[in-house]
Amino acid sequence: MVWDWIPRNTALIWGALQVHVVLALIPVVAGLVLAVPLGWLASRNGAVRAVFIPAASVLYTIPSLAVFIVLPAILGTQILDPLNVVVALTIYTVALLVRSVADALAAVPALVVAAATAMGYKPGRRFVSVELPLAVPVLIAGLRVAAVSNISLVSVGALIGVGGLGQLFTEGYQRDFPTEIIVGIVLIVLLALVVDGLLVLAGRFITPWARVAA
Amino acid sequence: MDGGIDVIEFRSVTKRFADGTVAVDGLDLVVESGKITVFVGPSGCGKTTSLRMINRMIEPTEGTITVDGRDVMAGHPADLRRGIGYVIQQAGLFPHKTIRDNIATVPLLLGWSKPKARARAEELMQTVGLGPEMAGRYPAQLSGGQQQRVGVARALAADPPVLLMDEPFSAVDPVVRESLQDELLRLQGELGKTIVFVTHDIDEAVKLGDKVAVFRTGGHLAQYAEPAELLARPADDFVDGFVGRDRGYRTLGFLSDEVPLGTITPVHVGESATGGWTLVVDEEDKPLGWVTGAGPVAEADVLPGGTLHPVASGSLRSALDAALSSPSGQGVAVDDEGRLAGSISADAVLAALAAAREAA
Repeated sequence: MVWDWIPRNTALIWGALQVHVVLALIPVVAGLVLAVPLGWLASRNGAVRAVFIPAASVLYTIPSLAVFIVLPAILGTQILDPLNVVVALTIYTVALLVRSVADALAAVPALVVAAATAMGYKPGRRFVSVELPLAVPVLIAGLRVAAVSNISLVSVGALIGVGGLGQLFTEGYQRDFPTEIIVGIVLIVLLALVVDGLLVLAGRFITPWARVAA
Repeated sequence: MDGGIDVIEFRSVTKRFADGTVAVDGLDLVVESGKITVFVGPSGCGKTTSLRMINRMIEPTEGTITVDGRDVMAGHPADLRRGIGYVIQQAGLFPHKTIRDNIATVPLLLGWSKPKARARAEELMQTVGLGPEMAGRYPAQLSGGQQQRVGVARALAADPPVLLMDEPFSAVDPVVRESLQDELLRLQGELGKTIVFVTHDIDEAVKLGDKVAVFRTGGHLAQYAEPAELLARPADDFVDGFVGRDRGYRTLGFLSDEVPLGTITPVHVGESATGGWTLVVDEEDKPLGWVTGAGPVAEADVLPGGTLHPVASGSLRSALDAALSSPSGQGVAVDDEGRLAGSISADAVLAALAAAREAA
């Protein structure tokens, strides 16, 4: 471990960390935005659910490296374009979250939905003010898995030359320089823990009602 | 009150579900304004379906339903529903909203300002007997009975003329249920809403209803009558079986009390009883219980008495129950302040019943 390598390379490390955060978290946001309507469809319609949920599971099993390489052909992007990673991770996030959203919406008590309807909520407003807020605790759980999984998957992008903390692995490996590899690993773990913690806190903040139960 | 305008009317209403089940079959019924009308019957009799067709939670297959002369099928269902209060089974409160915001739901949907809606919510909390400290709590922090009060307050928030109550008290224990029923009757005395109340409990129906509609399996209306009429003259064997074995006894609850009171000489603690059963009262003449035998009365000797018959508000049922439940066989009648008014014998109640029958 060459400790003084770290202060000499803060710009490199900091840059890699920033790229990593962006590449990991944009797909979480994009995936959430896509998964909510898809999950809603799946929760409303048994046939849709029967297609979406298995399809999502299959998508998730495709190796990330393969997706990174195949996507440029489909999207018409350059192989080094970070967009490939963003799109691939968005697909994984959607695959993970569709099920969470569908389950969370299906778990909203029928009586509560009926009460909302009987009070005079129209379906759109009812979804936004009653069903979606009640799905938040399950959604947060899904988001935590997706965020941590994306943070680890972004490192794979380094193999095809996309930046991020994974770069510290590939470089350290090529130069036979373990310090750089260890710094990369530690930062990825720390980043995953911090993001996970922030999601937990955010979840608590927006669902004060969930803590008073029991 | 608007002098008996028919507020809700079912005209040959039939509901057939997609699977072919007929839930309601050719229902003709007029729900009177300002009264509590109870739909009662066994499960699968169409009572809940009928209720839910009033606010279009379920749409009729045939026939028309009008609320205050307007066909419920005209216009957007959400607009209809905002004008009709709805209390659902187990309260159905929004778990993620505070009590205040739960109650303010319909006013906010109607576009009231937040401060106005919240002020209204707090006013209603008082109306239904919830302390202001509960305004910021969540439903999970309340007992079942309190949640049900919130459910009633939420239904009343926009002051709708019509209130639909779908087995609202079925999930609470009997003691709480009874107090919620009493509370509803008290509220109705002040508000005079047109209330349609669904229950499977005939006792609840008879206690709350100004009129009771008994439904039978298959969605037929078996009888539609005032509770006393229902108990005294069930239309057929189904209604007879449904209203229960002791309907004769329960009919007494609808006969006002004309029982002559006997005189009774009570003693106070510390005084001497003269033998046999003697009633003991406190300094304010309120009954404490009974002692047997002669001699000075000690507080420890007093046996608990039976139910008390309130002279002003009681019925033949409470009079008979007072007589039957008293250890001495003599029922105790009390005035409004709970002071001893006289004694009641079962024979006197039966004589009063015979007189009431003769008069009818």
